[in-house]
Amino acid sequence: MKGNSYLPRKLHSLLGVIPLGLFLIEHALTNYSAFEGGQEGFMASIDFLHGMPLVFFLELFVIWLPILFHGVYGLYMAFQSDLNVGRFSYSRNWAFALQRITGVITFIFVAWHVYDTRIQLALGNTTYEELGNHMHDIVSNPAVFTIYIIAVLAATFHFANGIWAFLVSWGITIGPRAQKVSANICMGIFVIVAVLFLLSLVAFRGDEFEGAAALVAATGR
Amino acid sequence: MADTATAQRTVKFIITRRDNPEAASYTEEFEVPYRPNMNVISALMEIQRNPVKSDGSSTAPVCWESNCLEEVCGACSMVINGKPRQACSALIDRLEQPIRLEPMSTFPVVRDLVINRERMFQSLKKVKAWIPIDGTYDLGPGPRMAESKRQWAYELSKCMTCGVCLEACPNVNDRSTFIGPAPISQVRLFNAHPTGEMNAYERLEALMEDGGIEGCGNSQNCVRSCPKGIPLTTSIAAMNKDTTKHLFKKWLSL
Repeated sequence: MKGNSYLPRKLHSLLGVIPLGLFLIEHALTNYSAFEGGQEGFMASIDFLHGMPLVFFLELFVIWLPILFHGVYGLYMAFQSDLNVGRFSYSRNWAFALQRITGVITFIFVAWHVYDTRIQLALGNTTYEELGNHMHDIVSNPAVFTIYIIAVLAATFHFANGIWAFLVSWGITIGPRAQKVSANICMGIFVIVAVLFLLSLVAFRGDEFEGAAALVAATGR
Repeated sequence: MADTATAQRTVKFIITRRDNPEAASYTEEFEVPYRPNMNVISALMEIQRNPVKSDGSSTAPVCWESNCLEEVCGACSMVINGKPRQACSALIDRLEQPIRLEPMSTFPVVRDLVINRERMFQSLKKVKAWIPIDGTYDLGPGPRMAESKRQWAYELSKCMTCGVCLEACPNVNDRSTFIGPAPISQVRLFNAHPTGEMNAYERLEALMEDGGIEGCGNSQNCVRSCPKGIPLTTSIAAMNKDTTKHLFKKWLSL
């Protein structure tokens, strides 16, 4: 890449946390409402999101464009890195390698996941009321369920370890002790957010979401 | 008696060789008679005296570079049993055999274990790793440096541009322009100096160009590998802070 790569890299780091990190947490909480509140709770969350003002522009500027830049520039960064954990099997080097591996996994998964959900919604193949049912159909397939578990763990690790790297790259955690403390906090974030996603995946597999769309459609009319 | 006892012991080597920069690399095995307190350099000298491989056939002597033999010049840096380090301080008694010697192939290989570390010196020029004191008249004495500051700055000044941190870094390779950890730490050193500080922004701006500090991916192999124990990752994070501040100051025209 020609020219100055300092700004794009800085932007990449920032976008990963704000807004994409915030979106990931929002996504985890929305999904978790399916575990906590069942079909009703999940619908309430979706209604809340759908009712936000300028929802199209929020999606465009807070989710789609940042993901596109972060993903494409991230692939370029991953391409520029060697993986040398064989020679230097230190924990931070493993985190470095995993950050790139999970980034690529997340990129591929997000492309497929957006096609499978958001684009199907836009094409009219499913509706907001049927989303829970739609997810039930997707994760009922054991192979797809496994892929979802791997992808969710990858995305969450990438997010949590990305916060750690963000704090270093912006000069917030400088010394080894600060970096050690932030690493522990970030691994805590990884566990919490991963559990939220995993519980919601389990919830979507439940019977409640099987015929739920039909039920809502019936009561709604 | 002692002679017969030591003559039986040998040290096994597997050395990666290359005849010229364009040629393909290959390995050769050597067995060197053991002497107490040997280091890798003295074993290489033994091969130079008697360039015979383990199978008894003769070969060209192995080429390497070394100068100080006390781990302060960095010339004899090579990959020993998978880890980049100085051959002079690599004691045979502490190495697992067969001892594998490879050139630090992050750098252009000149011949056998000899590499060209010119890119490190180019990087030092790029980040202006010096104190500008020349003028057309006597500028007088510069400001004094606090002793407490001098003590940690001295740690950074131990860098011998050996290249071990670049060899360990996964982001220093043919596909990236990253200058590596060593010059970034030198920016911190010269920006800490009371006179060097006057040109701090020039060095920071050099780090904010292509191949600068953004190339760091935080694998932190550098700080684990540095033979001088320089806190490279602390230097990088500190320079991240200073370049970020500089970026916002420039935007706001402060």
